[in-house]
Amino acid sequence: MKIDKSTIEKIAHLSRLYFDENGEEKMLKSMNEIIEWVDKLSEVDTDGVEPLTHMTMEQDIMREDVPHNALTREEGMKNAPDHDDEYFKVPKVLD
Amino acid sequence: MEKAIIDKYELVVGLEIHAQLATKSKAFCDDANSFGEEPNTNISVITLAHPGTLPKSNKVAVEYSIKMGLACGCEINRYNIYDRKNYFYPDLPKGFQITQEKHPICIGGKIDVKTKSGIKSSIRLNRIHMEEDAGKSIHKEGEKDTLIDLNRAGVPLIEIVTEPDLRHSEEAYSCLMEVRRLVRYLGVCDGNMEEGSMRCDANISIRLKGAKDYGVKVEIKNMNSMRNVQKAIDYEKIRQIEMIENNEEIISETRTFDAQTGKTYGMRSKEALNDYRYFPEPDLPPLIISDEWLNNIKADMPQLPKELFQKFTSKYNLPEYDANVLVDSQDIALYFDQICDHSKNYKAASNLVMTSIKSYLNDKGIEMQDFPLAPAKIAEIIALVDSNKVSNTAASGKLFKAMTASPEKSALAVAQELNLIQESGNDFILPLIQEVIEKNPDKVKAYQKGKKGLIGMFMGEVMKLSKGKVDPKKTNKLIQEALEKA
Repeated sequence: MKIDKSTIEKIAHLSRLYFDENGEEKMLKSMNEIIEWVDKLSEVDTDGVEPLTHMTMEQDIMREDVPHNALTREEGMKNAPDHDDEYFKVPKVLD
Repeated sequence: MEKAIIDKYELVVGLEIHAQLATKSKAFCDDANSFGEEPNTNISVITLAHPGTLPKSNKVAVEYSIKMGLACGCEINRYNIYDRKNYFYPDLPKGFQITQEKHPICIGGKIDVKTKSGIKSSIRLNRIHMEEDAGKSIHKEGEKDTLIDLNRAGVPLIEIVTEPDLRHSEEAYSCLMEVRRLVRYLGVCDGNMEEGSMRCDANISIRLKGAKDYGVKVEIKNMNSMRNVQKAIDYEKIRQIEMIENNEEIISETRTFDAQTGKTYGMRSKEALNDYRYFPEPDLPPLIISDEWLNNIKADMPQLPKELFQKFTSKYNLPEYDANVLVDSQDIALYFDQICDHSKNYKAASNLVMTSIKSYLNDKGIEMQDFPLAPAKIAEIIALVDSNKVSNTAASGKLFKAMTASPEKSALAVAQELNLIQESGNDFILPLIQEVIEKNPDKVKAYQKGKKGLIGMFMGEVMKLSKGKVDPKKTNKLIQEALEKA
């Protein structure tokens, strides 16, 4: 697999990121390096092997349905870049 | 548009119905799941997606999902893993929604639908899967920013996905009614579309009748009532037929429904452009549904509307109409069923529930569970009528009303207090008849000469004298005998 300019543009749009010409070139180079590195794995024959989805043998980990609000609104908003007394604020999202 | 043109086409609709599960806490963390709270008070570091936080499944949310699957006859998938649906939007701070793309918890199944106009169909389900809800974005007039409330973020949802089996807009309406009835019977969701605890998207296409292939489908969102779903489908069908008739190309897009205008509007394509890049959620370990757990859930299932309908029509011999009205609400159906534990006159019980009790609930604006009378008391009323002690009219009217005011008293005691006990003893009735006959010698003669209709007059007079307390059936017979002899 090779990352080209249109892939970069698509991924940038999906992540709501914007690059200038220079930045785009840098991303192109960097992402292709990552892909090439990971591509090494395709040398392994995985025919008939189910994809590994979890790195643990744990299963059926569940909690009881007991509510507990551990965080106050004030605490929750502390790290937000912008908020008022009631809401988090983000740049206008058009619906 | 001409009917002949519309009739050339067949409508094809599939529904995606979201139901918020009525758990106490959220799907993957223990924030409260409660509607109408102050904004951003049901939050936690998990909901806010702080680094290093990990989700943990809510057991009850899984059970509720399985219950809905069992109610719809789905196969329950024993090996569950979750997937991440990636999209960048502030209503889910993680940047992805936890859902089940590849391994839905319920596979197949069906919803049986009967429309008002009599169309019966069985809508196949593709799947029911578990996922989490997103927060709310609020766009306030004059506010330059978008406001975010994360109380809803992470609330457990099931998404019920039908096959494209619907052919009429009213089937969509009836299908939603049935889903709502099921979730309410199961107690897994309150089914309130106006408040958004149940939501529906519709995939709509048309094709020439007899065509094998489906047309290009359009997805309609933002319909906040069952009627609006039906209206949006009706509008969209005509819009698509017009386009095809004008040789225009229908594009696969997401459209939104405006209840004010009754029309659908395309959303700009760039906003609709999405690539969710699903992959397995590594933070939630696989969930294996054991036989034991599944059997426990099965044992905990309530009687479903179709089972109660079957019981009411076969065991209790009720007309289909009665059974339909009664099973519409679980509380009413179960109340009726309890009366039948105390009375064998099922039809009388059904009549009392459908008339006196339902209008009482309506007048007071209360629910069945707040109705003051125990089912056994209703059975007592029926017994008084069946033994001719109280007339039917008095029973369903005065007696019923008085009993709701004194729910602890027996029906007999209240009937006696109100002087409603019918007299059926000859000692009481015969002297009254004699009195009326003596007062009306002309009428007696006229009757004997063949004016049999006069019996009504005699009956009325006797009733009046008795202050309405004589048993009409018996009195009628006695008057006839007395008139023949007089």
